[in-house]
Amino acid sequence: MNSLGKSLCLFWHSSIGKKIVVAVTGILLVGFLLGHMAGNLLLFAGRDALNDYAEFLHHMLHGTGIWIARIGLLISLVLHVFATISLTIHNRAARNAQYAHRATVQATKSSRIMAISGLIILAFVVFHILHFTVRIDPELANMKDPAQPDRHDVYGMVLKGFEGPLVPAFYFVAITLLCSHLSHGIASIFQTLGLRSKKTEKATKALGWAITALLWVGFLVIPLTAYLKLVSNNGAKQAGIELIKQGTVGDLTGYNQ
Amino acid sequence: MSSLNSAIPSGPLAEKWTKYKSSAPLINPANKRKFTVIVVGSGLAGGSAAATLSELGYKVKCFCYQDSPRRAHSIAAQGGINAAKNYQNDGDSVWRLFYDTLKGGDFRSREANVHRLAEVSTHIIDQCVAQGVPFAREYGGLLANRSFGGAQVSRTFYARGQTGQQLLIGCYQALEKEIARGGVQMHPRTEMMDLVTVKGHAKGIVVRDLVTGKVSSHAADCVILATGGYGNVFYLSTNAMGCNVMAAFRAYKRGAFFANPCYTQIHPTCIPVSGDYQSKLTLMSESLRNDGRIWVPKSRDVAAKIRRGELKASGVKDDDRDYYLERKYPSFGNLAPRDIASRSAKEACDDQRGVAKSGLGVYLDFRESIGRLGKSTIEARYGNLFQMYNKITGEDPYSQPMQIYPAVHYTMGGLWVDYNLMSNLPGLHVLGEANFSDHGANRLGASALMQGLADGYFVIPSTLPSYLVNQKPGSVTTAAPEFREAEEAVNCRIKSLMKNGGNGKRTVDSFHRELGLLVWDKCGMARNQSGLEEALAKIPKIREEFWQCVKIPGAASNMNVELEKAGRVADFIDFAEMTCYDALNREESCGGHFREEYQFTEADEDVKSGYTNPGEAKRRDDLFAYVAAWGDKGPGIKPELNKEDLIFEALKPSVRSYK
Amino acid sequence: MNLTLKVWRQAHPSDKGSICTYAAKDIPEDASFLEMLDIVNEQILGKGDDPIHFDHDCREGICGMCSLNINGVPHSKEKGITTCQVHMRKFRDGDTIWIEPFRAKAFPVIKDLVIDRSAFDRIIAAGGFIDVRTGSAVDANSTPISKPDADAAFDAAACIGCGACVAACKNASAMLFVGAKAAHLNLLPQGKPEKDRRVLAMVRQMDSEGFGNCTNQYECEAVCPKEISADVIAKLNRDYAKAALKEAVGSEKVVTGD
Ligand SMILES: Cc1cc2nc3c(=O)[nH]c(=O)nc-3n(C[C@H](O)[C@H](O)[C@H](O)COP(=O)(O)OP(=O)(O)OC[C@H]3O[C@@H](n4cnc5c(N)ncnc54)[C@H](O)[C@@H]3O)c2cc1C
Ligand code: HEM
Ligand code: HEM
Ligand code: SF4
Ligand code: F3S
Ligand code: FES
Repeated sequence: MNSLGKSLCLFWHSSIGKKIVVAVTGILLVGFLLGHMAGNLLLFAGRDALNDYAEFLHHMLHGTGIWIARIGLLISLVLHVFATISLTIHNRAARNAQYAHRATVQATKSSRIMAISGLIILAFVVFHILHFTVRIDPELANMKDPAQPDRHDVYGMVLKGFEGPLVPAFYFVAITLLCSHLSHGIASIFQTLGLRSKKTEKATKALGWAITALLWVGFLVIPLTAYLKLVSNNGAKQAGIELIKQGTVGDLTGYNQ
Repeated sequence: MSSLNSAIPSGPLAEKWTKYKSSAPLINPANKRKFTVIVVGSGLAGGSAAATLSELGYKVKCFCYQDSPRRAHSIAAQGGINAAKNYQNDGDSVWRLFYDTLKGGDFRSREANVHRLAEVSTHIIDQCVAQGVPFAREYGGLLANRSFGGAQVSRTFYARGQTGQQLLIGCYQALEKEIARGGVQMHPRTEMMDLVTVKGHAKGIVVRDLVTGKVSSHAADCVILATGGYGNVFYLSTNAMGCNVMAAFRAYKRGAFFANPCYTQIHPTCIPVSGDYQSKLTLMSESLRNDGRIWVPKSRDVAAKIRRGELKASGVKDDDRDYYLERKYPSFGNLAPRDIASRSAKEACDDQRGVAKSGLGVYLDFRESIGRLGKSTIEARYGNLFQMYNKITGEDPYSQPMQIYPAVHYTMGGLWVDYNLMSNLPGLHVLGEANFSDHGANRLGASALMQGLADGYFVIPSTLPSYLVNQKPGSVTTAAPEFREAEEAVNCRIKSLMKNGGNGKRTVDSFHRELGLLVWDKCGMARNQSGLEEALAKIPKIREEFWQCVKIPGAASNMNVELEKAGRVADFIDFAEMTCYDALNREESCGGHFREEYQFTEADEDVKSGYTNPGEAKRRDDLFAYVAAWGDKGPGIKPELNKEDLIFEALKPSVRSYK
Repeated sequence: MNLTLKVWRQAHPSDKGSICTYAAKDIPEDASFLEMLDIVNEQILGKGDDPIHFDHDCREGICGMCSLNINGVPHSKEKGITTCQVHMRKFRDGDTIWIEPFRAKAFPVIKDLVIDRSAFDRIIAAGGFIDVRTGSAVDANSTPISKPDADAAFDAAACIGCGACVAACKNASAMLFVGAKAAHLNLLPQGKPEKDRRVLAMVRQMDSEGFGNCTNQYECEAVCPKEISADVIAKLNRDYAKAALKEAVGSEKVVTGD
């Protein structure tokens, strides 16, 4: 193997190298979350705004844009997961015999459950993609934007998707764990990349908490409002009836009567 | 009695070492590789020697009893290390350092060695800084110095309160570098149990692996001992728990001479003993005496009240206090030299005016200086020391005066060596605190670190060839019968120590305590004939009972601390005997050795002339200006005295005066 | 005072080992923790049994030999001290005290509370030094070092190699130790020439010794008797990243662990 390959390999196999991968992919993932949250919040700007946004996502660079993003995301997530799982396994092995009596001085709970919170996030992401991206539920899959029937009605789907207590509840748990993950993770990035010191410690912690809190609120308002029906789906219903009158749409499946 | 050849090179004092180096034999690189050198000890002396000899190409085997070479007791040194750099431009020079060290040693050390030490001192600092030792610095980025132990010049380099640790880490890192390179084979957790001599030459050692208990032999072309001091013969000392005399004493048993064992240094400012469970004593830096005033109550019953806890120090009025150092030594006051300050504290406590619960403690009081300079200044100067004191005693030295008492700290005596640092046993070299050569009867502060590193980095690498050139590399292997004989002896010794197993009557520590107390009482800060004779009468009894009923549970074929301690205590018992003989023989007072019979009295000229006080140590240069090197004559028999006369070419011995 | 001790006993490296209970009777308040163990050992010896083995030497907090996990915290929960500096007045009459060895795959138990920390020595041997031949040094004052740098280097150099950081870290990571040793030398001008080599070699040795990696828990910093800051870990990460980059694309030649 040439020396570049060799040293890259050594880098990946070294504890610090893997950690740096975790941190960098962590940054990308957090970046995505911020963008995604912002996009989602368009829901409050009404159906058109959100659907326009979704349509834009799907059609930028003639549809290739989203795939580039998806592939980037996927790679980050896969690297992140692989690195952290192998780190975690290695760490378990490094403490082969446990203490009979253990006390923790200053490590936070969140920092101690990163792997668990991470895995649950993973499970959530899978569910979530099936839920809103693949849309295995035909009811959600077939929703059309009443104004522009040729495009999918993301707005309606989201509101519909959060009916019933189970789904919002699961989102609540998952996203809360995600935030636990980040409450340690974001500040952690600075240490791993060697950017933290006693002087900057407070600042990095604050930043971590701020982003985490923002994400928690920003993400959870949606399932919450949808569940409590604070934004109505009826606008959609009305528009649908108009369309039927014009005969453009056959039935009203998907719209709650 | 054989007279000893110190092999001092001829020529003017200041040129001896340079001349020696340029004329000393060399060994060519190809041959160096063929020589194996055993270094016992990984402290400043052993570690620096092992690393340097390996750099030069010798095959080195290094041994220590700790789990890592980095833990040798050199690590505990706090104050600093001297060097004649004259960076402060305060008039220091090699000559002054030489002069102070020789005078400080009360003219009982070898002039030529001391001068060499002073010469080499400057290279030590260069070497250590290059290794990354973080000495204290000024804002300009240059090295800082402090004046230490009452010296007139600031020549002491220091690294906060951890000079020894930083120096040792530097030397340990150099050692690890050589270990990685394959030049040094390191054997931690391995104790030297015996020296092996072949045809009168030291050619190897027998060791016990402290983890597996395995006894094995190592052969070499020469043996270097750098095994530190014997302060633990007193049981309580500022030495580490494991410090021992075994290696040096085994060499003595094999024919090496042991010089001046009675020269032990008692440090005045240690934390007093708080109970009989006490395992070791902790040093408080001498610098405290710059601002602390030492006192005891004038009256015995006030002291008694304090001991019973009925009265607090703060409750004693000023004119009921006896600031005895200021009273007896007006010009030096609380900064009187170590031996004097220690002895005065003992006198006060013997007079039943001690203040600690045990009666053995005096006050070191900062009330006055806190009043004068303010708490914050004192905190800035001594904050960490006050904190350390508080951690150990649970008392707050800002509000209550500290209690201090002298404790054994350093041992000037050691195996006799010549100018080449080789003992009378050819091939056996001795470095650092384990040898006797440079500090005479009393060591100045910050000079032991200097000596250890001088010996290891700079002296032995130049002097070792003088012996090795005449040796055929690898001529001796462990196959030689002497090794089997020595291993046998070691195994027998272990067997007889373990014969009672867990059924013995007394624990090792109980013997060590008993011995330590005896030696402290009779051969401690002040000695006299009857006391020493009493000790010499008691020690054989202790030895007998020890070998009869010492208790050592567990097996020899496994880690066994009781067995380790037993081996060391067994040697301390015999060693204590030799020490008392030496103290008895030396009918004078000098440095750390104070014979009550020999002190100045009103009758003396120097007292009449007001040069010194009655009660001060009285040296007898006409009779005792010699090194007493003792040779073993077998168990229980008085060792044989050999003398090396001390000739002072450059300096005429003078009487110390501290008035 | 009277106490109950729960002590890890293990006859030899391959022994299973277990927690044994001892009664520590009339322990003086002023005794140190190790002196308390001495007293208990005297009692055990009284019965003719093998005393509790534990590492110790200087008993004044500097040699780094003492290494006990006291009530779940290395060197006890008192800040900035070693096991040998713990005093019994910090405990209350009737307390139960758990005493265990520092635990890590890289620190195998030898006997009872005695462990093998030679992995630390091998990490230093891999690169924790400045390569200067004895006698080849220039005058000590020829390279001035700014006080801040010197002080920072000193703070890192204060490490006594006790291993408490490893014992406290849930990943048994040696990052604080390695960070401290590397920072000490990397911060000094004398250490610069070997900086990259040093960092790569020490980290790779650390990994091959079987220590865990750092997930930024900061337990190590909390128990370090010399209160070495986790900043040295950040610095180690940074220095490693730089060195690895140079190694990959720059002139630095590839350093292999072990
Ligand atoms: C508390 C304290 C403070 C001090 N402060 C200062 C100071 O400020 N300035 C100063 O100049 N001096 C000071 N000294 C004195 C100085 O530290 C020592 O004299 C010096 O460090 C001794 O170094 P060494 O290498 O000769 O022995 P040590 O450092 O004691 O090394 C002895 C080595 O020998 C090994 N060893 C011993 N016996 C055996 C055996 N049987 N088998 C195998 N290995 C063995 C040990 O493992 C160790 O590695 C102080 C001493 C003490 C105790
Ligand atoms: C959107 C998803 C995720 C985001 C935004 C995210 C973010 C982060 C961040 C920023 C860190 C800190 C990195 C560092 O310590 O420097 C981190 C660490 C970690 N992540 Fe994730 N993560 C996500 C998903 C996951 C998943 C799916 C797992 C599954 C195993 C996981 C497991 C871990 C673990 C174990 C750590 C701790 C490692 C460490 O602290 O060094 N993460 N994560
Ligand atoms: C409750 C808040 C959330 C809502 C309302 C929401 C909504 C959506 C919607 C509607 C889509 C489909 C977009 C489209 O295909 O047009 C989507 C995709 C996605 N979401 Fe979310 N999401 C939320 C939270 C999250 C969280 C917390 C994560 C990550 C941990 C996440 C990760 C993703 C991913 C990876 C995709 C796939 C992107 C793609 O490839 O198209 N979402 N989300
Ligand atoms: S960093 Fe602190 S805890 Fe770790 S070994 Fe060094 S001194 Fe001990
Ligand atoms: S506790 Fe462990 S996780 Fe890192 S910060 Fe310290 S090494
Ligand atoms: S015994 Fe030396 S640090 Fe505790």
